[in-house]
Amino acid sequence: MSSYDAIKDLWEEKRSFTRRGYFGALMSVLLILTLTARLIQLQVVQHDYYRTRADDNRMRLVPVPPVRGLIYDRNGALLAQNLPSFVLQIVPEQVDDLDATLARLRRIVNLSDQDVARFRERLRKTPRYRPVTLRTNLSPEEVARYEVDRYDFPGVTVDASLVRDYPLGAEASHVVGYVGGITDADLARIDADQYQGLDQIGKVGVEKSHEDQLRGLPGTKIIEANAAGRPLRELNYHAGSPGQNLYLTIDARLQHVAEQALGELDGAVVALDPRNGEVLALVSKPGFDPDLFANGVDNATYHALLDDPHRPLYNRALLGIYPPGSTIKPFMAFAGLEEGTLDPDKPVYCPGYLNLPGSSRRYRCWKRSGHGELTLERAIAQSCDVYFYNVALALGIDRIDQALGAFGFGHVTGLDIGGERSGLLPTREWKRRSLHQAWFPGETLNVGIGQGYLTVTPMQLALAVSRIAMRGDGYLPHLVHAIGDPVGGRITEVAPQRLPPITVKDATIWDRVIAGMEQVTQSPRGTAYGIGADAPYAIAGKTGSAQVVGVAQNVGYQGAQRNIELKLRDNALFIAFAPADAPRIAVAVVAEHGAEGALAAAPVARMVMDQYLLGKVLYHAPPASATVLPAPDNDDGDEGGPLPDESPPAQNPNDAPEEPAVPPQ
Amino acid sequence: MNVTVITAAPKPILNWSERLERWHLDLWLSVLVLAVCALGLFILYSATGESVAMVVSQAERLALGLGTMLMLANAPPDFYRAAAPWFYGLALVLLIACALLGAHAKGAQRWLDLGFMRFQPSELMKLATPIAVAAYLQSRPLPPSLPTVLASLGLIAVPTALIALQPDLGTALLVLVSGLLALYFGGLKPRYLALALAAAAAAAPLAWYKLHDYQRERLLTFLDPSRDPLGAGYHITQSKIAIGSGGLFGKGWLAGTQAKLDFLPEAHTDFIFAVYAEELGLIGVLLLLALYAAIVGRCLVIAMRGQDTFQRLLAGSLALTFFVYVFINIGMVIGLLPVVGVPLPLMSYGGTSMVSLLAGFGILMSIHTHRKLLAS
Repeated sequence: MSSYDAIKDLWEEKRSFTRRGYFGALMSVLLILTLTARLIQLQVVQHDYYRTRADDNRMRLVPVPPVRGLIYDRNGALLAQNLPSFVLQIVPEQVDDLDATLARLRRIVNLSDQDVARFRERLRKTPRYRPVTLRTNLSPEEVARYEVDRYDFPGVTVDASLVRDYPLGAEASHVVGYVGGITDADLARIDADQYQGLDQIGKVGVEKSHEDQLRGLPGTKIIEANAAGRPLRELNYHAGSPGQNLYLTIDARLQHVAEQALGELDGAVVALDPRNGEVLALVSKPGFDPDLFANGVDNATYHALLDDPHRPLYNRALLGIYPPGSTIKPFMAFAGLEEGTLDPDKPVYCPGYLNLPGSSRRYRCWKRSGHGELTLERAIAQSCDVYFYNVALALGIDRIDQALGAFGFGHVTGLDIGGERSGLLPTREWKRRSLHQAWFPGETLNVGIGQGYLTVTPMQLALAVSRIAMRGDGYLPHLVHAIGDPVGGRITEVAPQRLPPITVKDATIWDRVIAGMEQVTQSPRGTAYGIGADAPYAIAGKTGSAQVVGVAQNVGYQGAQRNIELKLRDNALFIAFAPADAPRIAVAVVAEHGAEGALAAAPVARMVMDQYLLGKVLYHAPPASATVLPAPDNDDGDEGGPLPDESPPAQNPNDAPEEPAVPPQ
Repeated sequence: MNVTVITAAPKPILNWSERLERWHLDLWLSVLVLAVCALGLFILYSATGESVAMVVSQAERLALGLGTMLMLANAPPDFYRAAAPWFYGLALVLLIACALLGAHAKGAQRWLDLGFMRFQPSELMKLATPIAVAAYLQSRPLPPSLPTVLASLGLIAVPTALIALQPDLGTALLVLVSGLLALYFGGLKPRYLALALAAAAAAAPLAWYKLHDYQRERLLTFLDPSRDPLGAGYHITQSKIAIGSGGLFGKGWLAGTQAKLDFLPEAHTDFIFAVYAEELGLIGVLLLLALYAAIVGRCLVIAMRGQDTFQRLLAGSLALTFFVYVFINIGMVIGLLPVVGVPLPLMSYGGTSMVSLLAGFGILMSIHTHRKLLAS
């Protein structure tokens, strides 16, 4: 082809090629040996390491959430259970166009605007790779429609799960409480290992206090999953243990009766078995629907509950602090008798008021015309303020504090669900510390009739009256009487815990106090004769009413209560136990703005006692209506009549009740 | 006498080798190539998640490739030498056309849409370049002088650059290697080789700035796979886990977890070797390496028996290019080399490379079966 052809040395070219061919072959062999060496390194030397890495890749340790324990009442009625539910969830990061997906889901699943709003709220708080619940309780039809179209909905799942359900709804809401989503605040205090696979935690009530027993322990399973995390098969299963079942001391029927008996009034009822401290009923009204929380409450509903002036989320029985009013009088009588400053048989003259020496101020009796001459039992029965001004004056605040403290005032009772407040038992020391003032004798008088700084919770009142019923004995109030293991069915009783008894020098002291309290319901002049007259068992009780707002001195007071605005009316209180000679139930009732203890609170207690002792409610009171009150019998009222030198604070500012800080979900 | 020319009367008794040579096929090469292809289909079934459709599709391409191989084997080597300028020219025109109006595919302009099929001109160049260099060197005194070397380098550099710009670094590399190997077999003096290496080293920093981001990322990741374990390093990490966890005997066919559960990306294409190593273990891997080595060996034997310089240079270049192909892919999958898009020859799922590889074997067989008796 070209001029160079002439000088081509073909033999040399072939020899050169052969040499280079062998060299190429040699290089190839060396490189193959390099590959082989590397493969031996990977597949033989490091095999164990890579096998572990491969297993780590494909195996996922998945928690198996335990089934939460059930909650029963004392008769075996369910208070909290788990219902199977189909839950529609969305994993946000697996969805391209969330709005479009929601719009298409609306065609096959019934989605309310509220569902979507709630979903969007949860969406904001959840990492994008975690499923977010859109709807619970899908109907079988909705599940079927989803299953048909499921491949059109990447990132959307329907899972069968258990949802907490509260059959009694609002009636037992404050006792049982509810579960809600685990928040960051919860995470800070719990052991996250024990919540593997769980997304709810007890927030309030028994659900919160007995969380550890109810929750159980999560199990684990090892599943094989692909790179996308989709589980393919189960390799290993290790069962956890289900939560324990709780048997409460609550009687659901009694709870219902108490709740109904309050009618339209806000308030609290606590009923105890004085013989062992079992809480038979614990009502705070109004209640709330706990199922709302178990299903994940939305912000609007939650804030509506928070802003409700009736404060449904607020457990009045444990957190509500009220001036005890005249219900403190039996305890004052006890204190006077025990300290020997009160002679029960010595008549005291009540002119309708008391003047303290050196003061022009009149401390009035609720009965402006005066009670005349009274001894102890009649003074209790007719709730004479002047008599108890004298009792208080003779004791002095220090001895009063000591005696009332023995009954549990000023401390939490130690109820097993916690969440209590201690109220306030005012002492000289307290006043100096808090108000930087000395104690004034007039304040002792106010304490003597349950006004002034003294505040108590309904729970404290119930425990205190049960100790009178038991003549000094007492038991720690409790709501859980047995814990059942669902595996094997073993039930462990919780033994009642005895409190240090209140000892007396002379046992007749109890007789005198209890006789006075029996007179309250049995004497025609007793302030609660209306509920005691026809009762087939003897009731020992005490009415009380406590001022919500101060009423200026000399303003006509008696009778005015019926006509003034509801929220300005006094709180009505009643404490009682029955039967008086062999007590089986002790009750404390606070009816907010119920005006007078005998009118609003005493019938509630009577109905609760009827239900418990007789199995049915015999008493049919004129309804304790919030709007129409019957004209009072003159002696039937027990109006908190003192006009102290300063208006007693209805609630101490340092101890103001507040809502439990429970975030939604 | 094992040289066959068309004779008037066929011999009554022919052994297998002779029967095949009547079709211009080489027995050893055919058996070895078919053995690797069979292993390829076998492991492809597992790597595709037991997809019969994909195996059938690959088998169809294999049939197309074998047909091409048979056709090319029947053309005499002189035809390739004569056609070399035209072939090279056509491939170059198509490459330029591809650069100008190539349809976008995977972000790279590699494909030329001919309406009835899509076609990768760079695959054509894998054959056209060594043919052109071999034909050119055949016409020159060897060892090549400096002008001849520079001219050859020009023949190699133009298609390499065009393909690298597509950007298809893997194919560009193979085209470069095939041309350089022809030059090497032509007797390129060691000092030129050293010069070329020095020039390459000098150009490396410049090339770095010319690389695409993802290409740089691959190189960096190769140097340190842990620097991006979920991104670019993920491929290599998962591949090494697959291979290492296979151990000596492997997890068994269809029992590899890395590919089955989608941890191994590109399991049926560039990373099919990892699936093979995971399921069949070191034993299976050594068998495969032995088969590849035998193919390269047989090709080198064919090259050494070539009857003129063109045949020898072309056959030698094709033989060692095939080996480089294998080495780059396996080296990449086991973490010895950076990740470049080079499939495992005869095994990876994909059309064009299968056809061009088998076409190369067809040319080798043509060289081997068209030998004439020469007067010595």
